[in-house]
Amino acid sequence: MNGMLQTLGVVVYRDLLLAFRRRSDLANTVLFFVLVVSMFPFGVGPEPNLLRAVAPGVLWVAALLASMLALSRMFAGDHADGTLEQMVMSSVPLSVVVFGKVTAHWLVTGVPLVILAPVLALQFDVPTSAYGTLMLSLVLGTPVLSLIGGIGAALTLGVRGSGVLTALLVLPLYVPVLILGAGAVDGAAAGLDVTAHLLLMGALLVFAMVFSLWPVAAALRVALE
Amino acid sequence: MNTTSEMRMGAADRRRYNLFWFSSPQTFFPLAGRLAPWFAIAAAVLCVAALYVGFLKAPTDAQQGESYRIIFIHVPAAWMSMFLYVIVAFWSAIGLIFNTRLSGMMANAVAPTGAMFTFVALWTGALWGKPTWGAWWVWDARLTSELILLFLYFGYMALHAAIEDPRRADKAAGILAMVGVVNVPIIYFSVKWWNTLHQGASVSLTRAPTMAATMLIGMLLMALGFWMYSIATTLWRARCIVLERERNSDWVADYVRDQR
Repeated sequence: MNGMLQTLGVVVYRDLLLAFRRRSDLANTVLFFVLVVSMFPFGVGPEPNLLRAVAPGVLWVAALLASMLALSRMFAGDHADGTLEQMVMSSVPLSVVVFGKVTAHWLVTGVPLVILAPVLALQFDVPTSAYGTLMLSLVLGTPVLSLIGGIGAALTLGVRGSGVLTALLVLPLYVPVLILGAGAVDGAAAGLDVTAHLLLMGALLVFAMVFSLWPVAAALRVALE
Repeated sequence: MNTTSEMRMGAADRRRYNLFWFSSPQTFFPLAGRLAPWFAIAAAVLCVAALYVGFLKAPTDAQQGESYRIIFIHVPAAWMSMFLYVIVAFWSAIGLIFNTRLSGMMANAVAPTGAMFTFVALWTGALWGKPTWGAWWVWDARLTSELILLFLYFGYMALHAAIEDPRRADKAAGILAMVGVVNVPIIYFSVKWWNTLHQGASVSLTRAPTMAATMLIGMLLMALGFWMYSIATTLWRARCIVLERERNSDWVADYVRDQR
């Protein structure tokens, strides 16, 4: 147990270190999020009531897309220089390594989205009652996006045209999180009680943590054989 | 019949009843060729019988009039779409567990038929929804999860097509299929778990059906006909896949030469 936790720490630390050496990658995700959210008022018009109504969905979809675009970074770098093979061949359970990588991905892409979302919600005049729920739903939802996205990233490792293919594989699996997350923010903006949504998202998070690590590990072994 | 090429197995193996005799592409290929026409004939007969019952024998619905008759295609297609996805996941699991070539080929053979039935279910549902609900499409739980099923089928086929090595493609797509199988119970139970516009279950394994007997017979006949059709197309498609994948082997060379 101690060994596994130590491995987890090492993997997370290494991935964060590598990510911070290329800070532009972090900035790209955040900038993408901001840009996409800002596109919508241009598209649907600046009418405040309409923007207030679409804000939860827009924020959630943009967060989802931003998290998804960064998925290739999870395994591609290590796959290219052979580190991934070493990780797969080592005596450490591959699930632990995968969990570390997913955690690092979430820390790099999910957490900035959580922090930035209320600021962008200001643009849409979202009622202040919904800000807490917005952040909480993203905190519960973005790890699930990273976990499920890890499955897509591992399956398309080294495949031609993998960017769009990853999106095609992963977006249908993202739909439950999106429905619950956007629904929670929507309900909170209307002043309703959204405990049910948030509890279900918590359940999804636990479910994803338990059941998504094995497919990622299996997909990595398939990709490396 | 591949009587021209010898199968090099010991006499002992041939005499003992071997459960896995047909799990090699070489032995499966002629079996599929012999069985598929029978399933196709059964499919044709059952589908014609179901259409006869559905259009000529079943009574007019009290609330919906004649437009309800699309149920004889819509419900069996939806049943097949869910069932075939579970079959894809099943063969993928077998392929990953036993490391067999043929299981992956079977999963590949089933997927396009499943995707077709999903599309038919969605399309006929829309055609039915317009006169009855007033809308071609609503975003309720069952329709949304069936649409996600269609995307999952497409994702399976796209991932398989994108990977060049067929064995690796089978395994990767197989993992995806098994991850997606969690959607099938969601579709099935969606009308019980959520307040949906889609009608609840009238047919159950445990209770008596809440619809007229003739309608139920028509639906079951059509479901059986679709099932026979699925088996026939899967077997024929699997034969094509076997020929493609095993093209460098002797028995395929003999077979192709004999066909000329």
